[in-house]
Amino acid sequence: MNNQTPLLTYCLRLGDNALIQSYRLSEWCSNGPILEEDLALTNFALDMTGRADLLLAYAATLEGKGQTSDSLAYRRPEKEYLNCLIHELPDEDFAFTMVRLMLTSAYDMLLYSALEKSPNENLAAIAAKAIKETRYHLAHAAGWVERLGDGTAESNSRTMQALTMLWPFTGEMFETDSAEQQLAADGIIPNITALKEPWMEKAAQVLKSATLEIPALKTWQTGGRTGRHTENLGHILCEMQYLQRAYPDATW
Amino acid sequence: MRNAVSATRISRCNMVTGTFTKQDIFRILSAIPDPEIPVVSIEEMGMLRDVEITEEGYNILLTPTYTGCPAMGLIEAEIKAVLQQHHVAPAKVTTVLSPAWTTDWMSARAREKLRAYGIAPPLHSSCDTHPFGEGIVHCPRCGSDDTVVLSRFGATACKALYTCNSCREPFEYFKCH
Repeated sequence: MNNQTPLLTYCLRLGDNALIQSYRLSEWCSNGPILEEDLALTNFALDMTGRADLLLAYAATLEGKGQTSDSLAYRRPEKEYLNCLIHELPDEDFAFTMVRLMLTSAYDMLLYSALEKSPNENLAAIAAKAIKETRYHLAHAAGWVERLGDGTAESNSRTMQALTMLWPFTGEMFETDSAEQQLAADGIIPNITALKEPWMEKAAQVLKSATLEIPALKTWQTGGRTGRHTENLGHILCEMQYLQRAYPDATW
Repeated sequence: MRNAVSATRISRCNMVTGTFTKQDIFRILSAIPDPEIPVVSIEEMGMLRDVEITEEGYNILLTPTYTGCPAMGLIEAEIKAVLQQHHVAPAKVTTVLSPAWTTDWMSARAREKLRAYGIAPPLHSSCDTHPFGEGIVHCPRCGSDDTVVLSRFGATACKALYTCNSCREPFEYFKCH
């Protein structure tokens, strides 16, 4: 029973990360620079919606208060959302989307590969599905970051600008707390601190072939994991939750 | 309509669990097509994992191909409808995630059906290291190996778009997963 609450918090964090990623990716629907990218980004958004659905449904089961993945997504206020801030930042341009997707997919590859080995069957099963999809996301995003960074002066400068804006938000992905450390010590979840180095290695490899320099930085943005968000999340939820707030329990 | 029901049928539907074997259920459910690719059944796709028969009834174990598969609700409803039609009761559908679905589970027959339908079947399952390094995809229409990727992503999560340089036909390729 002691593990119940930390595990629930952990699942909400993972589920919220996927849900907010899905929201941002889906904003590209009909706005992609070319048709092929429109298809790719909406495919990724669908993967993330599916992942969020599984994780939040599991969180609802852990909580045991009759919630569903839908009620968790559509009824929780901003401060109860536990996603990392990096996911809620608005897309500045296509380069921004691709740099973010590369950074977060590289992270997801490591996280879900490790989680696939969890003795918690639910988490392991969700991770096994997530990893197959993430492989495509990372390959696609890394390819674009390389082409854009090592492209024209304009694409290089925009990609560098995106990296500069996003980099301060990457630290939060590796934050942990005593409850999560306990889960990691029990072998339920991976020790996230140990994933930082392999993540940095992968990111550095992509950024190097993109001719982009990793920003030198000592301070990181933080807050999302504990419910303290940028103003962007409020705007997202305003739109995402509108229908269920205006017409509770509406179905179609 | 009552007259149309034969006596044997009535006695059959009054019988409870134990009347149908696992093979019976698989045979009944193999009639359900994949909603996205109706030439193959959910069984041939490998989505139908198992049937548990207990004193409480029949439990159909179903696995999604992709996490965001929007057809799962529809498939579940179809399974329930078909079982009801065959008087298989009580029956329920349980979604299982482990082991995760893979294109390896698609039967050889399903692959051939896909090809005949105009979708190039998945080449292999080893997409672990090179998700887009698929190798040579043959045109499902003319068989040519002179094909080129148009878009890595298509109208559904499972497919990429290709075009054939020999017969000039565009076609879909079912990505390995």
